[in-house]
Amino acid sequence: MEFSELIRTGRAEALLLPGPGQSTVRGTLCITSHHLLLSAGHGSPSDLWLLLHNVDAVEKRVAGNSGTITLKCKDLQVLQLEIEGLGETLDIASSIEALSSLESVTTSYPFFFRPQSLRLGDAEDLYPPDHFYQQVALETDAWRLSTVNRDFQVCASYPPALVVPRGIGDEVLARSAHFRQGGRFPVLSYYHSTNGTVMLRSSQPLQGANRRRCAEDEELLRAALALGGQRGLVLDTRSAQAVKQARITGGGTEAKAAYPGWKRLHRPLERGRPLQDSFVRLVEACTDPSLSMDRWLSRLDGCRWLTHVKEALTTACLVAQGMDREGVCFLVHGAEGTDATLLVTSLAQLILDPKCRTMHGFQSLLEREWIQAGHPFQQRCAHSAYAQGRPKHEAPTFLLFLDCVWQLSRQFPLSLEFGEGMLLALFEHAYASPFGTFLCNSEKERYLCEVKTKTHSLWSSLNQSKERQRFCNPIYSPNPLALWPSVEPQSLQLWAGKVSFPVPLPALSIGSALTGFLPTPNSRPFPPMDSST
Amino acid sequence: MEHIRTPKVENVRLMDRTSSKKPVLGTLYLTATHVIFVENEPETRKETWILHSEISSIEKQATTAGGCPLLIRCKNFQVLHLVVPQERDCQDVYISLLRLARPVKYEELFCFSFNPKLDKEEREQGWRLVDLREEYKRMGIPNSCWHLSDVNRDYRVCDSYPTDVYVPRSATAHIIVGSSKFRSRRRFPALSYYCKDTNASICRSSQPLSGFSARCLEDEQMLQAIRRANPGSDFMYVVDTRPKLNAMANRAAGKGYENEDNYANIKFQFIGIENIHVMRSSLQKMLEVCELRSPSMSDFLWGLENSGWLRHIKAILDAGVFIAKAVAEEGTSVLVHCSDGWDRTAQVCSVASLLLDPHYRTLKGFMVLIEKDWISFGHKFNHRYGHLDGDPKEISPVIDQFLECVWQLMEQFPCAFEFNERFLVHIQHHIYSCQFGTFLCNNQKERQELRIPERTHSLWAHLWKNRADYLNPLFRADHSQAQGTLRPPTSPCNFMYKFWSGMYNRFEKGMQPRQSVTDYLMAVKEETQQLEEELQVLEERLEKIHKIPLSHMPGKRDSKHSGLSALTTPTVVNTPQDSGGHLKPLPSRSPSQGDDDSALILTQENLKSSDPDLSTNSDQESGVEDLSCRSPSGGECLPSEDSGKDPDPDEAVFLTA
Repeated sequence: MEFSELIRTGRAEALLLPGPGQSTVRGTLCITSHHLLLSAGHGSPSDLWLLLHNVDAVEKRVAGNSGTITLKCKDLQVLQLEIEGLGETLDIASSIEALSSLESVTTSYPFFFRPQSLRLGDAEDLYPPDHFYQQVALETDAWRLSTVNRDFQVCASYPPALVVPRGIGDEVLARSAHFRQGGRFPVLSYYHSTNGTVMLRSSQPLQGANRRRCAEDEELLRAALALGGQRGLVLDTRSAQAVKQARITGGGTEAKAAYPGWKRLHRPLERGRPLQDSFVRLVEACTDPSLSMDRWLSRLDGCRWLTHVKEALTTACLVAQGMDREGVCFLVHGAEGTDATLLVTSLAQLILDPKCRTMHGFQSLLEREWIQAGHPFQQRCAHSAYAQGRPKHEAPTFLLFLDCVWQLSRQFPLSLEFGEGMLLALFEHAYASPFGTFLCNSEKERYLCEVKTKTHSLWSSLNQSKERQRFCNPIYSPNPLALWPSVEPQSLQLWAGKVSFPVPLPALSIGSALTGFLPTPNSRPFPPMDSST
Repeated sequence: MEHIRTPKVENVRLMDRTSSKKPVLGTLYLTATHVIFVENEPETRKETWILHSEISSIEKQATTAGGCPLLIRCKNFQVLHLVVPQERDCQDVYISLLRLARPVKYEELFCFSFNPKLDKEEREQGWRLVDLREEYKRMGIPNSCWHLSDVNRDYRVCDSYPTDVYVPRSATAHIIVGSSKFRSRRRFPALSYYCKDTNASICRSSQPLSGFSARCLEDEQMLQAIRRANPGSDFMYVVDTRPKLNAMANRAAGKGYENEDNYANIKFQFIGIENIHVMRSSLQKMLEVCELRSPSMSDFLWGLENSGWLRHIKAILDAGVFIAKAVAEEGTSVLVHCSDGWDRTAQVCSVASLLLDPHYRTLKGFMVLIEKDWISFGHKFNHRYGHLDGDPKEISPVIDQFLECVWQLMEQFPCAFEFNERFLVHIQHHIYSCQFGTFLCNNQKERQELRIPERTHSLWAHLWKNRADYLNPLFRADHSQAQGTLRPPTSPCNFMYKFWSGMYNRFEKGMQPRQSVTDYLMAVKEETQQLEEELQVLEERLEKIHKIPLSHMPGKRDSKHSGLSALTTPTVVNTPQDSGGHLKPLPSRSPSQGDDDSALILTQENLKSSDPDLSTNSDQESGVEDLSCRSPSGGECLPSEDSGKDPDPDEAVFLTA
């Protein structure tokens, strides 16, 4: 088997140096196909199990007859291992490097992970493709479930079932898809039941330099507007300048004349490379021991991360306010419609819809607006903040979303059913996980890899009562109203829970403090990833 | 009063600085003690009360078509932006306030007219609530090495020290007096905190008058006496909290710092906290940032860094951590001083004590701490906080910085403190309000001369009476954070220092978290307690009924079964609530809205401004229920400066453009 070829030394004596939240472990180090195991003896509680896929960067240093390996993980924890033997150190380092950078999905750990408490296919019925449609259908019959994409022919990054205006036939959808980048034609993202306004999302129209039009695309948006209200707003997550440039390469945005009733608004949000750089710089700044307080805030500003948080929340609030207060329908898109677009649509729903703020509703939102909507998790989360070398498609858009949710939870600490622990766990699982939930880039890829039948779902694990309690917000009390956050700089904070891994913190999380206050058997704030192995 | 040129101006508009909300129309009143703005809105008649002593500056801006803008900035960081229709009225208000906000005699201050209707006995009891002799006893003093000295009886040695000073037994009056002559303003080394476990102590003084070469045998003996009072350690630290450059500059003026060669077995250390002038301008710069209208993230972060405020806060905390470590871990005594030993020294000694001793992290202990290190040791409250009109260069947010240090620690150790953020905010408010006599004057001697305890009320008693409002529900005495020394992490931890919007932007309610975990948990706690009491009553009754011989039960004989059913029936009948409710660990809370605010308005008028309330705005739009009515006893609700509910559902504050 190919794994064994990559393991040059499977075993060595090693010492894990104490770090924040870790105690010293001395024992035998073992490299398996997917894990690094450091065990002090039989079933010692301090045993270290590290998923190799979690390793973002490996640094080795040798001196005399021993060496030190520093493992910088995607979840931002840093482990230091002292290993006996020069050869062993080098061999183990290169084994970890090789195993952690494997790209094949079907040989990844989720395809081997078989916890006893779960059955494969458990989550099949948890969030079925028509789940969202059933909810909308309770409110209105103006929309229908289309299966035009059942074999991923129309759009490779969309799921098989999509919600569209009832009067629009599948052939119209197929034509519209031709006019949109990657085939992502406008679909219903959220139905605001208070006043019947709707939020759609798509990718950019392929307008090009000669301003092409597409009658079916126009018909689709006209029909959507007729169902949702009189006024529509296209929220383009790029600047007007960026749209102009996109037009040269065949992209563009909706021309006002072609879409009567729809107006346009540009709200540039950062994406891609600059966002990844921002994340890298933030982690650097937070872990820089030489940085003095004099320069900390300007360095923090230089990272731009909080600016991105502010922009994302502001844009989501704008959409939410427009729908709720002004009765405006929205179409949200940028270029591909798989990053900033999803950030905005999912945050706006969290602001407006109390159902999204429950444990179940939040999972459903993530499943629908991120996973099935085709956010390319595999590409975006291939590396985290420590990796050396040129990033390709990495971008922490999902982390930015989680950060925004955390800001909401800080301003409305009683209104979300899940706690900070849940957000941290999602961050970890998006980057490296024993579950198949965040594997691949789209439903099509997941289908081809048989992810749903051959891996376990994170959701079914989270919904086991023991886990569920751990991630719940013990002081949740349902709030039927919209959550309007303040986006003033004074109101936004650095999410320390996210960056605190590399440094010791006595107690930052109110969540862990609450443990003792309320009768929840909520013991460990940061669970190891695959405790069941 | 003679200074009020116009007692009432109608049709004044109150502008909202942060959101684009419409200004509210109302009437402005000037009274002998307050500025009051009453909104015209007939349903709410919302009132804003501001004490004259709270006003830090008044600015009259150029008249526009809409009227004459008047900006009133308060020391508790409230900013009132009024527009007066007539220029003449505005001028009158402006001139009146200029005078009213700058009293020249102590007797003009509100505390001399404030009457909470307590009888004499109650008032005296209030003043006895915090007892420093008790406190030193708690530390284990007097003991074989330390005692209470009467050397400063009638303030004979040092007029800014208390009469009760604790010094090493081996330090004779001769040594103390000699040492005092060698120290600025005769503030000789005296005990601030004694650690029973290690015998190490924290002493405080002012700078020595060492100049370039002067020595003083008694001062050297004094330090030796302090070192010897801790037999476990063969040296002691002398911590100069000033930047080295400042201390050196003082030498030219015949002051300076201890020369390690002259004092046996001391280790000398500079810490580098800036002086009051730097701190004053730092706060000014930070407040300018807070006042920016919809700043970008960069504007805010750059402005905050430029102010240097968080850097200063960290410097003070770092100094406290250094001393706490020396005392707790190394078991070494420390002498702390700055120049006069009443600003930075007070900050650093109190932070160190707070880190070392869990008692100071309790409600009562914190009052004692402020009484000990600030009030009794002669921190110049009158000068620093501008109670009476005086030199503006003397004003500086020294104790504000201490309160912020405590808040930063509370953020890092949420279970360590018995009190909550509101406690700190209310203390800050009353340091400036002059509603209570506690913070009056510059030292004990002045307070005694003015007979403050006989003529005014104590803040501590007031806070203690309302302590239910100030409790941190997360505090548990058995929690690890509530025991032993607090050890804040050292670098890299810059990101743990946060901007305290709950203080500096506290009147911008839109910026604050819309739901309060503290209030919610307190309500839950109280409800749980009530249910438990009820449960106990019922259990006792059940027991009583069990004791009644079954033959005595009316209509029931012999049968065990029927006896039981008879027991349950009356129980259920007499319980107003569903009996199943006792079993719920978390009783479901019913959102209580609307009526709560009216209860708040009905409080005694003379208490109007005694507590700057934090949580009375119910925010219906965001579904934030108002928890301020949680006290079942009713009447004792917090009076509020802006009680009354906001009829206007909060607009989405993010739309700034």
